[in-house]
Amino acid sequence: MSLLSVRDLTVKFAMRDQTVTALNSISFDLAKGERLGIVGESGAGKSITGFSLMNLLSRPGYIDSGQILFDGQDVVQMSEKALRSVRGNRMAMIFQDPMVTLNPVLTIGQQMVETLRAHRKLSVEEARQIAIVKLREVYIPSPEERLEQYPHELSGGMRQRIIIAIALLLDPQLIIADEPTTALDVTIQADIMELMLELCQSNQVGLILITHDLGVVSQMTERTLVMYAGRIIESGSTRSIINDPQHPYTQGLINALPQQTLPGHQLRQIPGNMPTLAQVPPGCAFNPRCEFATDTCRSQIPKISQYGDVEVACHEVHRLQTEPAREEEQA
Amino acid sequence: MFAYLVKRVFQAIAVMFVISLIAFAIQGNLGDPLRELVGQSVSEEVRQQLREELGLNDSFLQQYLRFAGNALQGDLGTSYFFKEPALDVILKKLPATLELVFGATLIIIGLSVPLGVYTAIKPNALLSKIIMGLSIVGISIPVFLTAILMIFVFSVELGWLPSFGRGDIVPVWGYWETNFLTADGWAHIILPSIALASIMLPLFVRLIRAEMMEVLQSEYVRYATAKGIRPWRIYFVHALKNTLLPVITVGGVQIGTMVAYTILTETVFQWPGMGFMFLEAVNRVDTPLIVAYLIVVGFIFVVTNTIVDLIYGLVNPTVNIARMGA
Repeated sequence: MSLLSVRDLTVKFAMRDQTVTALNSISFDLAKGERLGIVGESGAGKSITGFSLMNLLSRPGYIDSGQILFDGQDVVQMSEKALRSVRGNRMAMIFQDPMVTLNPVLTIGQQMVETLRAHRKLSVEEARQIAIVKLREVYIPSPEERLEQYPHELSGGMRQRIIIAIALLLDPQLIIADEPTTALDVTIQADIMELMLELCQSNQVGLILITHDLGVVSQMTERTLVMYAGRIIESGSTRSIINDPQHPYTQGLINALPQQTLPGHQLRQIPGNMPTLAQVPPGCAFNPRCEFATDTCRSQIPKISQYGDVEVACHEVHRLQTEPAREEEQA
Repeated sequence: MFAYLVKRVFQAIAVMFVISLIAFAIQGNLGDPLRELVGQSVSEEVRQQLREELGLNDSFLQQYLRFAGNALQGDLGTSYFFKEPALDVILKKLPATLELVFGATLIIIGLSVPLGVYTAIKPNALLSKIIMGLSIVGISIPVFLTAILMIFVFSVELGWLPSFGRGDIVPVWGYWETNFLTADGWAHIILPSIALASIMLPLFVRLIRAEMMEVLQSEYVRYATAKGIRPWRIYFVHALKNTLLPVITVGGVQIGTMVAYTILTETVFQWPGMGFMFLEAVNRVDTPLIVAYLIVVGFIFVVTNTIVDLIYGLVNPTVNIARMGA
């Protein structure tokens, strides 16, 4: 049985004058210890997916329908008390910006100890000992001293390490990491990613990595979901998605990587922008930006179907395969 | 720490200098002190002679320097009416005012935190809406009206609480006599304290509510929820401490302002403090006493603000007083 099973999850935002759909009936599974990447542009619904898994959406967002089965229990239907026993304990989250994630007026020690004591009957001293062990695991030097420090006394990379240590405190089954390195220096990004990969592998922790960085996804994950305007448009093994993407959007994303362009040439990009949630076009949401769009694309929402090694939601996926000359045409 | 203190003390001295200058400048514009001193029956010659003796013919600068020099030695002039040093007159009245301010502060702290937190956590609850509605009413009604209404209800109609004076007071130390050691003293201070608190309390409830609601939107509160922390701990440990930081700063200024607000409260309740004294001094054109009052109130203002800044540094770990200075 899979660790996490999301079925037809629909999330809506109740705005003043209208209700918009942020996640449109998304479904996916995650096996125990599996690492899954969720990629897409800003506004695709990646972070909302992450927060929904913990039932942590804040108003005006809400889960409209669907199931999120975590270890067989539906997170959507859980009471506040049951949710509390899952959050931080069996399912932990790493937020985007370590500079604003930790509480500025509480010491690192207080923030670690309270997490442990929220879920286990431990004395403060016992909790501190566990915290020190976990800080060592994330290679924090002199952890005893760190416990007495406040967040502002530490660098961004150090803070994100501490947040990873907090995520690991209670040996969770799943960690959701929402762009964990976006706010950090490039030099530190690789360190943090390597650390997360190492810890997830050695502790058999499942990972959902939310990012817009396809390079990171290819290094970190076994499977990938590509999201666009609140829907999953392509999913499959990370290797297939990177090497042989089927959806024109995924292809565009990969072609847009700087590595795919010769030095001195202009970077390739997908024309246009992701539609706002209030103005999703009819049919396939990607059709205004897609060079292969047909009348069908403009009127009917494509269903997800198996194609090759991946599942893809595109009407024209068959035609794309027979027209492989696209790359040469552009060059 | 020491450098920071020295810096703060210098700032305080600068502020006191400006206050003293303004207070002294007022003096020359509050009528002729000789008229108050000698009345109608004294000849112009004698008046001129007195003027010369009192130094009233000297230049403004000379007069101010003499005044400032005396003030530094604790001499703020002699009250025309009481015929004793103005500072002594004020110091005798000061404890009554400070106790009143203290009583009001207790009410404000005791009520504003729970009410502010509650209305922030449950903004849509009926009780929250009632509290917010009442707070608008409280801010809008002037202190003297609140005071008179309370006297009417609780003293005249219900007869529960006394309407004027301090009642039984017990000497503690020096000029300080306290209300807080007898039941009668407590009964007398309740209504004036509520009246004095009536303006500031709604202000603080609204301030705490607004700050708290903002803090509850912050990323670290969401993160605390994601860690599975209990709501009460999120509200009172994670959120409240961050909420109170800006409130402390505003609070310091407001305590100073309350000392000034006591003029109204003390007048309505015939409370023998320095606010009541100030109003009498104005009626009697007792210029030295008025000037001394302005300087003492300014001094209290400066001292409370300095203390509040120090407390802020202690509460907020991102402000390191020990390393501040220069």
